[in-house]
Amino acid sequence: MNASLSIPAASVAAIEQSPGYWSGVFKRFLRDRVAMIAAVVVLVLVLLALFGTYVTPADPYQSSMLKRLKPIGTEGFLLGTDELGRDMMSRLMVGARLSLFMGITPVLFAFLIGSVIGIIAGYTGGWLNTAIMRTVDVFYAFPSVLLAIALSGALGAGIGNALISLTLVFIPPICRVAESVTAQVRSRDYVEAARASGANAFAIIKTHVLGNVLGPIFVYATSLIAVSMILASGLSFLGLGVKPPEPEWGLMLNTLRTAIYTQPWIAALPGLMIFITSISFNMLSDGLRSAMDVKQ
Amino acid sequence: MSQDAIIEIKDLEVVFGSGSAAVRAVNGVTLRVERGQTVALIGESGSGKSVTLRSLLRLHAPKKTTIKGNIRVAGHDVLSLSSSALSNFRGEVCSMIFQEPLLALDPVYSVGDQIVESIQRHKGCSRAEANKKALELFERVKIPSPERRLAAYPHEMSGGMRQRAMIALALACDPQVLLADEPTTALDATVQIQILLLLRELQKTLGLSIVFVTHDIGAAVEVADRIAVMYAGQIVEEGDVRTIMRAPRHPYTKALLQSRAHGSLDRGQRLATIPGAPPDLAKLPPGCAFAPRCTYAQDECREGTIALISLGESHSARCRRTDVTHLPHTESVET
Amino acid sequence: MRAATPLLDVRGLTKHFPLKASPGNKSGVVRAVDDVNFSVMRGETLGIVGESGCGKSTTARLLMHLINPTAGEVIFEGKVVGSRDLPMKEFHRQVQMVFQDSYSSLNPRLTVEASIAFGPQVHGVSEKEAVKRARDLLARVGLEPARFAGRYPHELSGGQRQRVNIARALALEPRVVILDEAVSALDKSVEAQVLNLLLDLKQDFNLTYLFISHDLNVVRYISDRVMVMYLGQVVEMASTDAIFASAKHPYADALLSSMPSMDPDQRTEAPPISGDPPNPINPPSGCRFHTRCTFAESVCSSRSPQLTSIDETHRVACLMYEANVQHPRSRVNVLKVAA
Repeated sequence: MNASLSIPAASVAAIEQSPGYWSGVFKRFLRDRVAMIAAVVVLVLVLLALFGTYVTPADPYQSSMLKRLKPIGTEGFLLGTDELGRDMMSRLMVGARLSLFMGITPVLFAFLIGSVIGIIAGYTGGWLNTAIMRTVDVFYAFPSVLLAIALSGALGAGIGNALISLTLVFIPPICRVAESVTAQVRSRDYVEAARASGANAFAIIKTHVLGNVLGPIFVYATSLIAVSMILASGLSFLGLGVKPPEPEWGLMLNTLRTAIYTQPWIAALPGLMIFITSISFNMLSDGLRSAMDVKQ
Repeated sequence: MSQDAIIEIKDLEVVFGSGSAAVRAVNGVTLRVERGQTVALIGESGSGKSVTLRSLLRLHAPKKTTIKGNIRVAGHDVLSLSSSALSNFRGEVCSMIFQEPLLALDPVYSVGDQIVESIQRHKGCSRAEANKKALELFERVKIPSPERRLAAYPHEMSGGMRQRAMIALALACDPQVLLADEPTTALDATVQIQILLLLRELQKTLGLSIVFVTHDIGAAVEVADRIAVMYAGQIVEEGDVRTIMRAPRHPYTKALLQSRAHGSLDRGQRLATIPGAPPDLAKLPPGCAFAPRCTYAQDECREGTIALISLGESHSARCRRTDVTHLPHTESVET
Repeated sequence: MRAATPLLDVRGLTKHFPLKASPGNKSGVVRAVDDVNFSVMRGETLGIVGESGCGKSTTARLLMHLINPTAGEVIFEGKVVGSRDLPMKEFHRQVQMVFQDSYSSLNPRLTVEASIAFGPQVHGVSEKEAVKRARDLLARVGLEPARFAGRYPHELSGGQRQRVNIARALALEPRVVILDEAVSALDKSVEAQVLNLLLDLKQDFNLTYLFISHDLNVVRYISDRVMVMYLGQVVEMASTDAIFASAKHPYADALLSSMPSMDPDQRTEAPPISGDPPNPINPPSGCRFHTRCTFAESVCSSRSPQLTSIDETHRVACLMYEANVQHPRSRVNVLKVAA
């Protein structure tokens, strides 16, 4: 409990800086094996998204009627070819870019917007809280898949509209988490003490609230990335998101579905990528959550 | 007063966790409680008093805890009881009341149902008999309008009533030993004294043996026959309540008694304090654990194990300097 | 006469919390604080005692304006708090508070130094200056700045954290510090250290304390005057010596007699009063204590007692001490004769 007894008094007046909270989180995270594996997978995926186009074994857009649906392990096509004879491996690698983009971007925007709304609602309380949270509840009432499809359908097909509709889908859940975390922090005595020092709401939120709520909201948001990817894939599958011939895992899953009986393994590959990515993000957020949980 | 012992704890050691992070919560506690006696274990947070008490019912999670030593309660070897024998032991031989009855009582059953259920499970009697017994218990713990209160849920009762209800539940199966873990700490002053007096009365009429854990010396003085003072997982002094209050010999007991704000102090007069803070139980110093804070400490105190020294009939202290600790010590009281 | 103006004057302070209607429970109000009047003189320590639900902590939060009063006003040095003469922010510079839970009252993400320096910065002190002040205060409360300034709350013990909280309260150079159960969660040996510190600080910084506690021994030790509250109302107010020597209100008397005896040969034989304090929702009519009072008469359930002076410093709210009240045990004439 009392570490101070074992530390000899510093004779010089230099201030001993304690390792901060985040370095503790980082240390605990490094010790979590599952989370580390997930982090490595996510890193690889991100690298693929950034540099995948430069290292593909073949041109992902080059189709060939003669080489359609070659099985995995075919000479020159390590993971076979799709229904238009394009190299699957290259398409999966390049597909990481759009798929991750569609997974991360809406969550990022929703994180920014939802946190602001939720923190305001949680900090102010009262009628403003009621007004905001009841509005959020209306959106919350629809299943997210349905909401995404409805919004996308109303806005029209295309990547931009898909991003907007997905962002709208994720604002309510993030807002709800932000509100409840903020309301908890607000009832802490240190916020009361800050109010008792005469600080205004802005200063209190900046110094005392943000640092304590952004972490938990962020962890929750990372768990939504997997959901977002799957929803985005779903939208592409329905023709509401990415348009062919762009490689995106959801869209690939859609176009390969005709080959499910002739080349089931190839048809399953984009699904496998979605699965690996989403589970990695989930593990990553689980690991973050437990690393951030300081037990006294 | 040399009757038969109902509780005998010998060299009890309780360690939580393992390796370098192991917390040595209890380091060799030996305690004897005679039948019909009330012993108060007093000490500050982290002194091991609650851990010792919980060991008597083996309430610690077995996977994370290493318990060594020997505990005998009314002829039962507690540390080697099988799990079915243990659940009979709990309640029938020895039961416990806690600081916060709201956490110890089940919120979804009425208090009466919980008592009746406990009686039926342990005694195997009919529901009508159990009901009658529950009513008797409520009368015994002086709950007003007991018939009505038996049907109440824990959250419907006030703090003092809940504590009485928990005592009734603990007494449901006629145990011989009652363990009390800070039972009055969360209560208001006017209620605390009522509960203390109730415990004293129950002890007398039922012939209970009570082990009472508290950090409040005043509460201990009201109920206890004997006081055992704990520090860093050891009993540092033990004796008759009068001896401990009037002629303490361990420097920690002396300092603890002097550091209290009490009526005879002048306003503005500084309180005697114990410098420093209790040691880290994961890295205890060699020798006496109190030596770093002790005004009497000498080099000999910082090595070896300190034995319990007998200072007369039923008074002992774990200190090498008891030859001087009864003399007034100028340094120990700063003014 | 400067000495006669109270530093802090509380008039008619009232807080009713509305209750939501629930099944089997009609909507109502919790009368947490009901028409509380008192004043605090410069340099004194006023102890506020009472049991849970008596409104002592709510009074503290009302004084700090952390919650808005239903009625009443707080006057600081003759100026109404929140008026143009004394804006809230300026008042908060003068009056600070220390909370009971030393852990919850420090931001876990801020170093000790940053927590203390926050207040001064709110009031326009530069960051550099605020940090310097924080380090000076750490040294003043007995925590070596070089070792403690950069630490986080979870790395400190309870006593050390409470010292940090005291330093934070002092960082604005206040004149009044409200200590709401500030030593209650500490172990006795640590409590003594913190009490000594509070005494020193009071002298060094010319502070005025409002010391709220349920621990009567501590209140007796530290306070000049004591105010006893019961169910949201003040029942007695007097100098510490007077109230501990002879409390006049039956509740105050019972509360003080409930202190455990420290003498094994003079144990308490019978509880001074029975039962628990009633719920502050729908408190008893008339005198709120009449349901537990051994001296209660029929008049007590119909008439609310007023806080009445029985001598220059001693005030009590009991019908037995009120003139023109038909209470069979009225003490009014007895006091008159004595005077």
